[in-house]
Amino acid sequence: MRDAIIEIRDLWFSFNSIPVLKEVKLTVHRGDFIALLGPNGGGKTTLLKLILGLLKPDRGSIKVFNEPAGKSTHRIGYMPQHLHVNQDFPISVHDVVLMGKLRPGRGWSRYSPKDKGAAQKAMEQMEIWEFRHRHVGELSGGQQQRVFIARALVDEPEVLFLDEPTSSVDTKHQTHLFDILGELNRTVTIIVVSHDVGIVSTHVKSVACVNQQVFYHDDSEITHEMLEMAYQCCPVDLVAHGMPHRVLQKHEDSD
Amino acid sequence: MLEALHFEFMRNALLAGLLASVACGVIGTFVVVNRIVFLSGGIAHAAYGGIGLAFFFGLPFVVGTLGFALLVAMVMAVVTLKAKHRTDTIIGVLWAVGMALGVILLDLTPGYNVDLMSFLFGSILAVTTSDLWLMLVLNILILLTVGYFYNDFLALSYDEDFAKVRGIRVNFLYFLLLAMVALSVVMIIRVVGLILVIALLTIPPYMAEKHSASLRTMMFLSFLLSCFFTMTGLWISYFFNLTSGATIIMVAGVCFFISLFFELLRSRKPFSSEK
Repeated sequence: MRDAIIEIRDLWFSFNSIPVLKEVKLTVHRGDFIALLGPNGGGKTTLLKLILGLLKPDRGSIKVFNEPAGKSTHRIGYMPQHLHVNQDFPISVHDVVLMGKLRPGRGWSRYSPKDKGAAQKAMEQMEIWEFRHRHVGELSGGQQQRVFIARALVDEPEVLFLDEPTSSVDTKHQTHLFDILGELNRTVTIIVVSHDVGIVSTHVKSVACVNQQVFYHDDSEITHEMLEMAYQCCPVDLVAHGMPHRVLQKHEDSD
Repeated sequence: MLEALHFEFMRNALLAGLLASVACGVIGTFVVVNRIVFLSGGIAHAAYGGIGLAFFFGLPFVVGTLGFALLVAMVMAVVTLKAKHRTDTIIGVLWAVGMALGVILLDLTPGYNVDLMSFLFGSILAVTTSDLWLMLVLNILILLTVGYFYNDFLALSYDEDFAKVRGIRVNFLYFLLLAMVALSVVMIIRVVGLILVIALLTIPPYMAEKHSASLRTMMFLSFLLSCFFTMTGLWISYFFNLTSGATIIMVAGVCFFISLFFELLRSRKPFSSEK
């Protein structure tokens, strides 16, 4: 058995006394590539923020690397949703990526040449090195997405969390992005949040549907039931604008 | 033109403008990028309550205003962290109550009729040498704090969640930031007055933001712009015998609209930011 790096037991969370997540149970093992799928408002991002320690659960326990959520900061890479950053903010690509090397209590010391080397490596990996002196707000949505992934990668995390990494990327670049993530997955555990079933590519190893409750599926096949549970709507609509080459499991019991 | 420098009050005024510009450049940059202009306005107005307290209890002016402004800033920080969706309402309440408290306490202070105009528009021509020393000390405090936490403040301002995930003490930094806003506000009130504090905290950083590649450059450019506005405003007010605080802000305002006009010509999209 591979070691479990994230263990969630009987997790409940509500916002303004409206339940968001109920009796969630989820285990993530080293080497996993999990897609958290579900409708908007289904609690995907909330679940991610709970795992990261940004929110506190009402009940239940979350262990990350055998520690309470929010403790193992240096082993985690995080790419937040892209929309919430201020596009006017005066900051270069290079400085955003270096932010990934931030540690508490550094005080006067600035980023070292070693940190800058790591930033260069991450930028080359995400193919944004040529933009390093550009203002982040000037880049396209997809390029910005890669900047934020580079920032998440720069400290060589053991587990990488990506919140809607494809929200502003076209299908062609989506495939490319997932090829890169698939490559990373050889050494890094990856958890991707998305409202788009189309992201479930060949690289994703398992799927968890999040809609108040979490339904975990140990392979990347999307079944009719899963979609029903997660979206309560017709799966064909959801898949049609995703990846055309995806083969869905046959619906044996449908006529 | 230089004969004006023979007057001590003019030399002090110019130095006060210079010192206020340091705080405006550094703190105004954070105020603009963190979008806490309204909050800073709240602190500035509520500080009037501190003036009332100072006169009523016979405390030194600086102790009263600074203490009260810091208290209000901390209350606002707590509210922002605990109930974000109520922040603007609470700011509005503190804004109004602070001013009312100041007015009532001054009513109740026997024999003293404080000059509300000097609080509103400042009294840069009445700045004393000890005021200058105090401003210098506050500036050094602000520069040291921002220098020490520069990367942390940068992360907090750009992407708070990310900073938290990296283990940065975001709440502590937010308190610290608002405390520095309160310090600067009290300092700048002495120079240009309450109403115009917000203009000096926002106009230079707003103009600087577009031409800056980093937060550091934005701070430095705001400082230069602030210096230019205060110096030019002071000379104009001296030669035309106008209220200095208001003149400084008119200079800043005119430059602001000129820059906006050129922006409009160039891109036809002012305030263009959201894509």
